[in-house]
Amino acid sequence: MANGVIAENNRSFFEESTNRHSGILSWLLTTDHKRIGILYLIAISAFFIVGATFGILMRLELIAPGETLMGPQTYNSFFTLHGVIMIFLFIVPGLPAIFGNFFLPLQIGARDVAFPRLNLLSWYIYILGAILVVTSLLLPGGPVDTGWTFYIPYSVRTGTNVSLAIFAAFVLGFSSILTGLNFVTTVHRMRAPGMDFFRMPLFVWSMYSTAWIQIIATPVIGITILLVMMERLFGIGIFDPSLGGDPILYQHLFWIYSHPAVYIMILPAMGIVSEIIPTFARRTIFGYKAIAFSSLAIAFVGYLVWAHHMFTSGISDTARWIFSFLTFIVALPSGVKVFNWVATMYKGSIDPKPPFLWVMSFIVLFSIGGLTGLVVGSLATDIHLHDTYFVVAHFHYVMFGGTGTIFFAGLYYWYPKMFGKMYNIKVANISVGLFFVAFNLLYFPKFILGYQGMPRRYYDYLPEFTQLHLISTIGSWIMGITLILIFANLIYSLLKGAKAPQNPWGGVTLEWHISSPPPLENFHEIPYVDHEPYDFSLLEKMKNESH
Amino acid sequence: MFLLFTGDPASRTTEVVDNVMIYIVAISVLLLIGVTVTMVYFVFKYHRNKGHKPVDIHGNVWLEILWIGIPTILVMTMFYYGYMGFRVIRDIPDNVFEVNATARMWNWQFNYDNGKITDTLYIPLDPPTLLHLSSVDVNHSFYVPAFRVKEDVIAGRENYLILQPAKTGDYDVACAEYCGLNHSMMYTKVKVLTPEKFNLWYSDTSSVSAAKATKAGL
Ligand code: HEM
Ligand SMILES: [Cu+2]
Repeated sequence: MANGVIAENNRSFFEESTNRHSGILSWLLTTDHKRIGILYLIAISAFFIVGATFGILMRLELIAPGETLMGPQTYNSFFTLHGVIMIFLFIVPGLPAIFGNFFLPLQIGARDVAFPRLNLLSWYIYILGAILVVTSLLLPGGPVDTGWTFYIPYSVRTGTNVSLAIFAAFVLGFSSILTGLNFVTTVHRMRAPGMDFFRMPLFVWSMYSTAWIQIIATPVIGITILLVMMERLFGIGIFDPSLGGDPILYQHLFWIYSHPAVYIMILPAMGIVSEIIPTFARRTIFGYKAIAFSSLAIAFVGYLVWAHHMFTSGISDTARWIFSFLTFIVALPSGVKVFNWVATMYKGSIDPKPPFLWVMSFIVLFSIGGLTGLVVGSLATDIHLHDTYFVVAHFHYVMFGGTGTIFFAGLYYWYPKMFGKMYNIKVANISVGLFFVAFNLLYFPKFILGYQGMPRRYYDYLPEFTQLHLISTIGSWIMGITLILIFANLIYSLLKGAKAPQNPWGGVTLEWHISSPPPLENFHEIPYVDHEPYDFSLLEKMKNESH
Repeated sequence: MFLLFTGDPASRTTEVVDNVMIYIVAISVLLLIGVTVTMVYFVFKYHRNKGHKPVDIHGNVWLEILWIGIPTILVMTMFYYGYMGFRVIRDIPDNVFEVNATARMWNWQFNYDNGKITDTLYIPLDPPTLLHLSSVDVNHSFYVPAFRVKEDVIAGRENYLILQPAKTGDYDVACAEYCGLNHSMMYTKVKVLTPEKFNLWYSDTSSVSAAKATKAGL
């Protein structure tokens, strides 16, 4: 890092804006990637809380057989909204839009992303999509009740506001594509001098791979959605069998996007894990190139396994075994990453602070999610478990236990950098422990329920399933309390917390070389990079940098 | 978890699927324990309080070949067992009893070759039953948890499912593909009878003539 980092003025991006306005307008018209990251953080956290509330209410309904709280129509809308919000408004945009925006330019030594105005536009498109989702709840016709997969023919028959809801997903897709485009360009064009591809932090690699999937896969769902809307509005007969269409074609198109989308959800999380472990183990990552290339590999072969969501749909037996085979092959790179992460702890100097504890929790939960993926990737077992609670458990372990956990890990890792404030470490440690317990109480019983034959998307169930459902519901209460604790700790520290130092954890990637919170254009002088990303011998030198 | 596997299997497929499940879960549990224990051990052993100097290890080609190679072999065996089980589930035996099953929102109807129509499925213990599945409205899925088999019932297309019971008795049939308001109440039963009892039931066609009479009356 070059000398002369001592700021000419010490104002952060909170105090200085890219436009002439002040107050709220300076935020709404900002082109600063950091401010846009925070705008996303606020919007996406809000939707996460709304989605989680739907989840907790569903669990309350399922506490006992029969009606507890709501009728079947309401329940069906609830799981649809929960799914739509969690997928399209939380987990797909989540990590790239928040942490990608904030930290990608910082980690490659850039002053901003390649297209700052396009970046702000992406945020507005996201908000527009979100408004459309909310509108679809309020209009006559009622909230969608199709499940987040919108399977045809049901989605062309139901009287609910399907067209508007899927149009919202269409709009949100553009936000995703434009963000991807922005990041790919940024990585290619904006790296600091000396930072070749193999000196990039692994979070940057993961964002880069994710961005390619966003660009390549998202248009498929856009086109599919347009076709469904035409089907609903004009009855042209592409998918609807009563008009001569093929409902299986819809499932293919839907999963050709939605399976790669699973990698949009998980790759950024893997990137953040690859940042946090070296920092807290204070040693370089084990197998840098293996991790970098496996991200890229996942991004390009992840397209070949979509039909494993359709093993019972009536596709040919040949298609079924080929997709099962490919699924097992594509599963391997993810497994290898887990081994690399654990190996990175070997002979480190480990300081298990909250972000690291989140990652430990991630490794266990994500491994359970991945390993149960093998169960549903295998033909014989999937024929039994497809569309049961086993799958509900599996995808919550992967998405919530995997990406959701890392959303918190990332927040607790970078929060001091983003806001310049430190949260209460003790409360944070307790939150991680509670989260782990709550999570397993909430979702582990669902594996057993699924094996016992409880199908998913069920408003009501047979009496023999009562006990496990009760345990799961109790878990959801502890989860609710934990989520409040997680957010309250951060909000409290924002208002009353101690000032965070420039480099609280002893990280060495470029974001730790600048003040917390960073100044408006990040670097007073663009650094020259002549070392690998996780070279902790730099820490000695960095001591003189901080101020 | 193993509580799930006690008792005589209700069907040939039950046993097959349970065995594949036990195989995959056993390996998975070992891997999970291995990863978790190693991780926790490292955190204690290399805790910063102990004051070790960290060692930068960039990688190890042999180790990486090992931990790509072994999992590859393991998952290939999982694929293979899953596939072999799948063959038992899907291959149509030479001698089958055939029934047409029709799904609609939110009930099932079973049509037998001799004209009998029921809303509960009656099948003989032997031979196996071949179900022809079709839907008159949206997608459904015919799921017999006790037999560990299901197949979607797709509007506009005919799928099939084979039932290979190993024990007489009544088993739940659930709808496993979301189909709207009363999806969770679309239960019926499959009644497996001894061949003698089944023939007795099957040859009693008085209800058929009754059904025909009502039809004619309409
Ligand atoms: C407090 C936390 C949460 C609770 C209590 C919860 C609970 C539930 C429940 C009860 C269901 C419905 C099961 C059914 O009837 O089939 C469900 C479905 C689902 N959940 Fe969650 N969940 C939570 C968090 C999440 C998160 C963080 C994500 C994603 C990252 C997520 C994604 C989904 C999806 C995609 C579905 C499927 C919806 C559908 O069937 O269309 N959930 N969840
Ligand atoms: Cu149904």
